Amino acid sequence: MPIIECKNLTMAYGSHIALRDLSFAIEAGDYLCIVGENGSGKSTLIKGLLGLQQPKEGKIILNGITHREIGYLPQQSMAQKDFPASVKEVVLSGCLSYKHRTPFYSADDKIKAAAALEKMGISDLEKRSFRALSGGQRQRVLMARALCAADRMLLLDEPAAALDPQASAELYALIGDLNKKEKMTIIMVSHDLDAAGKADKILHMANGCAYFGSTEQYYHSDVCHHLTGGGHHHHA
Amino acid sequence: MLESIAVMFSYGFMARAFIVGILTSLCLALLGVSLVLKRYSMIGDGLSHVGFGAVAVAMALGAAPLAVAVPVVMIAAFLLLMISDDGSFRGDAAVAVISSSALAIGVMSASLSSGINSDVHSYLFGSVLAMSKSDVMLSVAVSVAVLLLYVICYNRIFAITFDETFGRATGLKVDKYNTLLAMLTAVTVVVGMRMMGALLISSLVIFPALSAMRVFSSFRSVVICSALVSAVGFCIGIAASYWLNTPAGASVVIANLVIFLTFSTVGAVLKTNE
Repeated sequence: MPIIECKNLTMAYGSHIALRDLSFAIEAGDYLCIVGENGSGKSTLIKGLLGLQQPKEGKIILNGITHREIGYLPQQSMAQKDFPASVKEVVLSGCLSYKHRTPFYSADDKIKAAAALEKMGISDLEKRSFRALSGGQRQRVLMARALCAADRMLLLDEPAAALDPQASAELYALIGDLNKKEKMTIIMVSHDLDAAGKADKILHMANGCAYFGSTEQYYHSDVCHHLTGGGHHHHA
Repeated sequence: MLESIAVMFSYGFMARAFIVGILTSLCLALLGVSLVLKRYSMIGDGLSHVGFGAVAVAMALGAAPLAVAVPVVMIAAFLLLMISDDGSFRGDAAVAVISSSALAIGVMSASLSSGINSDVHSYLFGSVLAMSKSDVMLSVAVSVAVLLLYVICYNRIFAITFDETFGRATGLKVDKYNTLLAMLTAVTVVVGMRMMGALLISSLVIFPALSAMRVFSSFRSVVICSALVSAVGFCIGIAASYWLNTPAGASVVIANLVIFLTFSTVGAVLKTNE
C-alpha cells in the first residue's frame, strides 16, 4: 500500500485552479523528484501534502503517516539571513512537531537534535550562529531540524537553490544517503533537472500531471524534451 | 551618591515610576525581539498612536482613559497584524495611515473639548508624575502575566519568529501566537504610555532588541540582553531626568540611543576581530 496517494487531486485559491486532476502514489522508501515550471502547482501540492491547504476535489490519502510526520525543508527566507539564532536553537525547534503540551525541551529532545546534527555531519557547528554560516551549512542545519521533526519522510523544497555546485553536490549526496542508508522516503521539489537525475521517480507537473514514472524513462519522454528545449540530458 | 539615590526613592512618584517603568521596559524588550525580527516594528508605533487617540477621545467624553484604550488598542493590534501580514507595500502604508489618523483624531478631540491641556501633553510625551497607585497595580499585573506567558511560550515564540512556514508544517498555530504577541504588546504599550508618552513608547519595543542583536548572536542571549539593556536604559534615563530635570520619556529614549550606539561600536569591533 502506498504511503501517500493523491487521487484526482484538484486544488484552488478561490476560483483560481492551481492544479487539476493530479493522481500519483508514493511508496515507502521512494526518492521522488517533483519538477515543473513556476506556477505549475508545485507549491500548492506541497501545502496539500503538509495538510496546510485542503483539496478542492479529490483526495490526499496518508497511510500510516500523519502530515506532521513529514519533515519539511522550506525555501530560506530573506529574514533568516541576519537572524540571531544558534544552530542548536534552530535544530531543537524541529522537536516542537511532536511536543503538544510541554513548553520546554527534554533531555530526549536534546539527544535527538545532537543525533540529527551528526547525521548531517555538522556536530561541530552546534554552538555557531546561524547567520554566520555558509549557504550549504545553513541547508544542512535546516535538514537537521527537519530530521528532528520527522524520521521517516522528508519534503524538500528547492534544497540546492542558491548553492554553489560543490555545496549542492554535497547536499544531494547527504539526501541520497538518507534515502539509501536510513531508508527515508524523500520528496524533493526542484527546478533543476540535474537534481531530478538523483531521484528514482519523477513527477512532472503542469497544473496537473504531465509525467509520472521512473527517472530513466522520463529522459526519453516528450515532456522532458519539452522542458529542456529538446536537449538531451542523460544521467548515470 | 547613595544618599541622593535614597532621596530620589523617598518620593512616592519616583518609586512608582521605577516599578512601572522597569516592568514595562522588560516586557516590551522581550516582545520587541520577535516584533523586530518579524518586521513588525511599525506595529508598536501604530499601537501607541491608536492608544493616544483612544485616550484623548475617552477624556473628551469623560470616560476612564485606560478602560477605553485597552480594548481599542487590542482591536487595533489585531487589525495591524492582519494588514502587516499582507506583505505588500500597501500593508506598510496602511499601518502609517492608521497611526497618523489615530493621532489626528486624538489631537482633534482634545482640542475640541478642553484644548491641549497638560493631561493631553503628558499622554503625548509622558510624565513620571502620572503614575497613580492603581496604575502601579495594573502594570504589575499586566507585566507578570506577559512575563509568564512569554516564558511558557518561549520555544514556540522562537519557532514562529525564525520560520513561520516550517512552524505551520509542524502543526504550530502560527496565527494564534502572532495574535498573542500583538495582544501582549498592545496591553503593555497602553500601560507604559502614560509615563513614556505615546510618541516615544515604541522606542522601548525597538531599541533594546536592535542593541542586543549588534553584539549577541543566539536568540536566547539576544532576548536576555535585550531585557537587561531595556531595564538599565530605563533606570539611567529616568534618573537623569530626575537630576537634570529633563522630560522622562525623552531621557529614556536618549539613554537607549546611547546604548545602541555603544553596542553598535562594540559589535563592529568584535566583527573585525573575528
